[in-house]
Amino acid sequence: MKQMSKIVRTITNLVYGFIIIFGFYVIVHGHLTPGGGFQGGAIVASAFALLLVSYGSLITKKFLKKDFLSIMESSGLTMFIVLAFLGLGITFFYNFLANIGGWFGNTPVIGPNPGDINTGGVIPLMNIAVGLEVLSALGVIVLLMASGAEFTKKKENS
Amino acid sequence: MNNLLNHAPILIVAIPLLAAFLIPIVGKVNKKAEGITTTFALGISLALTIILAIKILSVGPQVYVFGAKSPSLTLPSGLKFPIRIMFEVDAMGIFMGLITAIVSFLGAIYSLTFMGKYDGLDKYYSLLLLLTVGMFGMEFTGDIFNFFVFLEIASIASVALISFRGTDLGEPAEAGFKYMVVSSISALMVLFAVGIFYGQYDLLNFAAIASVIKYSQLDKIALGLLVPVLAMKAGAVPMHMWTPDAYSEAPAPITMILVAASQASLYALFRVTFSLYNISLSTLTVGWVIIIFGLLSMFIGVTMAIIQKDIKRLMAYHAISQTGYMLLGVGVGLAVLANPAALQKYGITAMEGGIFHIMNHAMYKGLLFLTAGALFYRTGTRDLNKMGGLAHSMKYTTIFFIIGAAAIAGLPPFNGFASKLLIYESVYRFNPLLSIIAMVVSILTLASFVKVFHSAFLGPKLPQFKEAKEVPRSMIFAMAALSCIIIFFGLFPNLIVKNLVHPAVMSLIEQFKYTGTVLGGM
Repeated sequence: MKQMSKIVRTITNLVYGFIIIFGFYVIVHGHLTPGGGFQGGAIVASAFALLLVSYGSLITKKFLKKDFLSIMESSGLTMFIVLAFLGLGITFFYNFLANIGGWFGNTPVIGPNPGDINTGGVIPLMNIAVGLEVLSALGVIVLLMASGAEFTKKKENS
Repeated sequence: MNNLLNHAPILIVAIPLLAAFLIPIVGKVNKKAEGITTTFALGISLALTIILAIKILSVGPQVYVFGAKSPSLTLPSGLKFPIRIMFEVDAMGIFMGLITAIVSFLGAIYSLTFMGKYDGLDKYYSLLLLLTVGMFGMEFTGDIFNFFVFLEIASIASVALISFRGTDLGEPAEAGFKYMVVSSISALMVLFAVGIFYGQYDLLNFAAIASVIKYSQLDKIALGLLVPVLAMKAGAVPMHMWTPDAYSEAPAPITMILVAASQASLYALFRVTFSLYNISLSTLTVGWVIIIFGLLSMFIGVTMAIIQKDIKRLMAYHAISQTGYMLLGVGVGLAVLANPAALQKYGITAMEGGIFHIMNHAMYKGLLFLTAGALFYRTGTRDLNKMGGLAHSMKYTTIFFIIGAAAIAGLPPFNGFASKLLIYESVYRFNPLLSIIAMVVSILTLASFVKVFHSAFLGPKLPQFKEAKEVPRSMIFAMAALSCIIIFFGLFPNLIVKNLVHPAVMSLIEQFKYTGTVLGGM
């Protein structure tokens, strides 16, 4: 894939960070607002796709390493299942952090309120794990699709 | 210890799942450790399955509620219906779980050397573990939406595994694509049926739906969606087109596990008709539909198998044909479900035959696919016309093949004989014609395996296979373990039927026990 015009690249430079921050916002606020790990991860991965489209695959591959993303993906998944295993003293998937104070342990207020991020127990942690997994998995998929497109183009040219 | 035992239903699923996620990281450190980790995780799963089976057969069905205050708390704080996702393992579920555990454990051992020459084995082992997780989940879950999720996990993992030998070869990719289309259609139809149940009753729990189901027009639509798609995933005849491709193109250990995966769909079919609807549906009609699926599968499967030249394709058609026996046995049981006298007289025996045949088929068909894999490992071909005289150099494989072929043809003293005899005897009392067709199919099966044995193993030593020798030890171990199980089941069928199969059949028939475990004395 070749680079696109300077206009597109400049706009990418401007919005790239915002998209990623918004994606992480959706991941972290998964237990309070619409969205969650999967949706936020998909938003972050869309920033990767934008980078790939505007800068072309050669430059993008310097920033996004497939091996690194693969490891991130496995560690996200492992983190998720380990969180589920930690509840095993009571039951699998038991929410052992909820309502005990400390990390994500506040009791949620009943009724209309602005929302407290420090609630939800293991749910926000699981959202982060899923977000990590989805953003790296979709990143790998986007990179693979780009190299697949290059491969077919080379074949057509030869 | 007791605490661990309470968590056994989930640990059986969760340990392979954890291993599946760890394997890419393990593979980065040490390539050799991937296969060993897989075998280890599946070994723990197998041990836990056996422990859980002993507990269930002595105590009764077990429930496991996710995230609740205690694993058996199905109705928290006075609710009338369960809200949490739960596993409900009864005798039938653990019967299928045992098959899955044995087959996947031996498949992993066989893979250690069989897959040695391929790249990307971390993905292979991850997917193998995920496929096992999907199958266990389908068999243990007590929640219909959760069932859909596990069905998808198993389907996606099997698609990737079927085409694992490479997309550039063409044929594996085509087989994988075919299976992908079939499984997406079936998963969507299952989801549609789940939506119908949820819209009607606001429930997703099998037991809770079963306690209120009315067999309304919508329920009939849901049944009409579920029965054909689950039969399609099981490989019954009008929808069998994916089976020969998928079974013959997948690597041999995966084919063995795929047989068990399609049996998990078969289990789901029985679970839906028996535990969900039970006598609220018109049992005679639905029973005959399943019997006709079975007859078509038996006859068309075996006649197509006779003309095949590719050894794994031939065995795949036989797998379709053997699925027919299970459908026939259980279909007869369903047809007389509303008639207690006939059920006592021959219905239960027919179902015992059908259910026992599930396990027997998983064992001997797994063994046959593994021997086909061993032949492929040494000769590099699956074409029967190109093989010959291999009995000279591959003695153990020959013996294992004879055991498997005798078992599938229903010769005593192997396990196929035991379950087929149960089916013949009981189905004859329901309708003699069905029993006669089943016997003819069995004879044709024998004929076709005599052909395979003759063309692959007998005859003079061929010059191109002069270098061929016996397969490595891990492959022999997997085949030997299956052979031992086959002979044991063949010698002591009464023991297995009484202790394992009969409770499974009764747990299907007695719907109130299934619902009562979740809903208490409702």
